[in-house]
Amino acid sequence: MKNWPLWEVFIRSKNGLEHRHCGSLHASDATMALENARDVYTRRMEGVSIWVVPSAQITATNPENNGETFEPAMDKAYRHPTFYELPDELKHM
Amino acid sequence: MSEKEVKSLEEIFEARIARDEKIEPKEWMPEKYRKTHIRQISQHAHSEVVGMLPEGNWITRAPSLRRKVALLAKIQDEGGHGLYLYSAAETLGISRDELIEQLHSGEAKYSSIFNYPAVTWADMGTVGWLVDGAAIMNQVALMGTSYGPYARAMVRICKEESFHQRQGYEILLTLCNGTPEQKEMAQDSINRWWWPSLMMFGPRDADSPNTEQSVKWKLKRKTNDELRQAFVDQTVPQANILGLTIPDSKLKWNEERKHYDFGDIDWNEFWQVVKGHGPCNKQRIDARVKAHKDGKWVRDAAMAFAEKQENKEVKLAI
Repeated sequence: MKNWPLWEVFIRSKNGLEHRHCGSLHASDATMALENARDVYTRRMEGVSIWVVPSAQITATNPENNGETFEPAMDKAYRHPTFYELPDELKHM
Repeated sequence: MSEKEVKSLEEIFEARIARDEKIEPKEWMPEKYRKTHIRQISQHAHSEVVGMLPEGNWITRAPSLRRKVALLAKIQDEGGHGLYLYSAAETLGISRDELIEQLHSGEAKYSSIFNYPAVTWADMGTVGWLVDGAAIMNQVALMGTSYGPYARAMVRICKEESFHQRQGYEILLTLCNGTPEQKEMAQDSINRWWWPSLMMFGPRDADSPNTEQSVKWKLKRKTNDELRQAFVDQTVPQANILGLTIPDSKLKWNEERKHYDFGDIDWNEFWQVVKGHGPCNKQRIDARVKAHKDGKWVRDAAMAFAEKQENKEVKLAI
């Protein structure tokens, strides 16, 4: 018999905040994954909403390619407010 | 990869750790780093899971409902802690099945403290106070370890664990303020658990060959002897509040060192228990193997049900 697949668990700690990854667990299906996530990760009111996602469904960047993946952003300082030289008298901009 | 390339990768890796950067799962890491982490994290996970056994023994005999719900909650936490840690180990490319198999075959170790029996209710207090206290000492230091998933699991565990120690201490406090027999039961319990608790920090630094490498990788932020000393210093005043005597005639405050001096640990006993000859080693592993075996049909049935539901959905879609 096949082993229970792995699921990633995301929890919204309170309304107004995003779901955040908090860990993973094994479960036979999505319903059980949700129930186990509730039992393991929200025993002390840590959450008001849970997402579970099969780990196999996540596509991730490869850290070995971090150079070419994230490099293009490095030389575009003009995307940041401090790139622009404005007089000191100008306040609040 | 050539030997030279690996060497330069290793240098970059060591430099990252020295800068306090965290290492995350899919990143390159030296094979020894991966193996050492699998060993330590899984050993830690197994300790949480086996640690449920001596306490589980007392759930039905807890003296009040208050004590019973607290003990149940503590044991449930430990199951959860085992899960966080198994998950962290799995990010290093080992499966849950392999980890469990290593525990059952005896290839993987768990904390030797759980090979001692919990024979009285006072032991539930002492385990919480001393055993969890020693574990917290270790775990707080590990929150800053270099491997991201392990460090995150530690933060979560430390947050949950502080109630464990407090509930244990409260049990002892109640016994110590009770009848002479109850106080005697508390003293007897400390007499049995004190030395094994000190052994929890592992061999002396001089006899711990992996310490240097582990400190470099921040897998150990403090050495075994440093943590043991900190534990003794912290625990003696707590014993005084209870009015209990720590079973060590050499225990004495050293004004010059600003630390307590304490007697010699029986290292022969330590190694005997590590090697499998403690009072409960066989009983603990037998219980784990039995639980895993007896649960197999449940795991299989859940998987079969999930597959059946999935097939049903496909048929409906057609």
